[in-house]
Amino acid sequence: MTSPAPPPLLADHWQRLHPLSPLVRFGRLFVAVVVIAVPSLGTVQRGHREQLFTLLLWAALLILGAAAGVIAWLVTRWRIDGADLQIETGLIRRQSIRIPLARVQAVDVVAPLLARLLGLAEVRVVSAGRGSEHGRLAYVTAAEAPVLRAQLLALAHGLSRETPQPPGIALFHLDNAQLAYGLLLRAPTLAPLSLAILAVVLTVIVPPAGITLASTTFTIVAAGVISSARAYNDDFDLLVSEAGDGLRLDRGLLQRRHETIPYGRIQALRLVEPLLWRPFGWARLEVDIARQGEPRREGRESQQIARTLVPVAPRVVVVGLLQRVMPDAVVTPPRGSRPPRRAVTRAPFAYHLLAAWHDQRYICARSGRVRAETVIVPLDKMQSIRLATGPLLRALRLASVHVDTAGHRWQASALCRDAGEADRLVWSLAGLAGHARRRRSQLSPLPIA
Amino acid sequence: MSVAYERVSPRFWIARQTVLAALGLPLTAAAAITAAVLGGGGWVALPTGCAVFFVWMWLVERGRYRAWGYAERDADLIVRRGLLFRRISVVPYGRMQFIDVSAGPVDRLFDLAAVQLHTAAAASDARIPGLRRTDAEQLRDRLTGLGEARATGL
Repeated sequence: MTSPAPPPLLADHWQRLHPLSPLVRFGRLFVAVVVIAVPSLGTVQRGHREQLFTLLLWAALLILGAAAGVIAWLVTRWRIDGADLQIETGLIRRQSIRIPLARVQAVDVVAPLLARLLGLAEVRVVSAGRGSEHGRLAYVTAAEAPVLRAQLLALAHGLSRETPQPPGIALFHLDNAQLAYGLLLRAPTLAPLSLAILAVVLTVIVPPAGITLASTTFTIVAAGVISSARAYNDDFDLLVSEAGDGLRLDRGLLQRRHETIPYGRIQALRLVEPLLWRPFGWARLEVDIARQGEPRREGRESQQIARTLVPVAPRVVVVGLLQRVMPDAVVTPPRGSRPPRRAVTRAPFAYHLLAAWHDQRYICARSGRVRAETVIVPLDKMQSIRLATGPLLRALRLASVHVDTAGHRWQASALCRDAGEADRLVWSLAGLAGHARRRRSQLSPLPIA
Repeated sequence: MSVAYERVSPRFWIARQTVLAALGLPLTAAAAITAAVLGGGGWVALPTGCAVFFVWMWLVERGRYRAWGYAERDADLIVRRGLLFRRISVVPYGRMQFIDVSAGPVDRLFDLAAVQLHTAAAASDARIPGLRRTDAEQLRDRLTGLGEARATGL
């Protein structure tokens, strides 16, 4: 923020969330009820009484939901108490949550469509243990949110709360047209699309068969369209910038989100090159972060957090950004990184992509059958190394080496290596990882977690 | 590189054999009685098959028992296991989040316990079964001490 933050915002006394917050929560319920109830009312032909009864039932549900929302707002209050964020909530089961700001991993700002229309935004305080489960302030005004974020972060870094947010340097700005093309050239989009085209063509030529196909494939096509639209909506206008504390991501078409990925939390990066993107030289960059698995009920929204760093961009740009995050990482397989020829027996469909290489700081492994996936793990993030062989691998004198991290998504797997080489790899990686850890703890004496 | 592995307790092998015998002997005996009652012929295959299966299982268990091994090195613990699917896990002491010592009913009967190491990675699978209870507790304490001395952030 360029303008100095107004101090009264983070006052030590208790305060409520914005009075319109129940409306945003109610809005979701309302949409859900309308989506479920209206078609059922329209299609089923029943007596007036029954219809009236159903209508009343839905109305009662809505009223209950609205009342619950208002009560939830009434009983929720929050304040900053010294170096802690304190949130009290719950009517029957009171919950008092105290989040030590020094342990905070990131502060995200999320604004769903309805909240945006009302000029509201949600502030999420992400802690190492519980993710963003408890530290959610939904909602404050859109003007307050960034100020609140800056002040919380300043407190998290042990600075005075008036410290302005460090300015970010823009690293990458997504080309929205390219995002659209990239999404179009994905199998989950192309398959339903070709089905739809086939259905239309068939309808013209052989109407009965075409209509059958159309009706049976309608859900698949709809699901494909919705997932693509969501992906477009999520990553629209993505801006990646670098600040002192890590990478900042701003994105979204209808729902805007602002997230921070602290550098120290990145466990692994993955460079994905889908088959259809390769002629254009496009790639995607994904990130894996150490974070406890969040409960399912939080749904797609929180799972979505900061997984994709670059949805689609020319490979050169992606590699540039990757090397900004992990300096000097080699992304193209160097000589001698391929497994021996005989590995083709074990992995006939993946052999053409298999490769693994490492240097003093990173271990990289490429795999995949159709699309190439390169996982890059900094050695100082290594949690354990595993060497694995099975009967077939042993008969071929091969072995696989896996490097595990605290992330939950990938491991760097050097698959189907020569048995002797795999053995040496395990011991040299164990030594290198030890050096990498010691080097890092010299650089930053403060433990991160 | 060759590593000097510590073996698990011979009691572990005795425990495994006992469990195997407790399952195998009655089953084979029942099969033999069935064959005798129904009278010879093709029925002989039943107890023979049982016996062959359990002898084979005994060989497999022996191989698996011999495959278990662990080594405490300067900076990491190495666990080796598996006969057909061989695994070697290397876990740096600094990465250990917590250590479990557990003992099931059979383990307790033979005064055995298993030590399991947990790291922040879900895929880490360093587990050492079949240690004498006192050995397991000593190992746990040793590992905990080493882990605290070398703890690093995520």
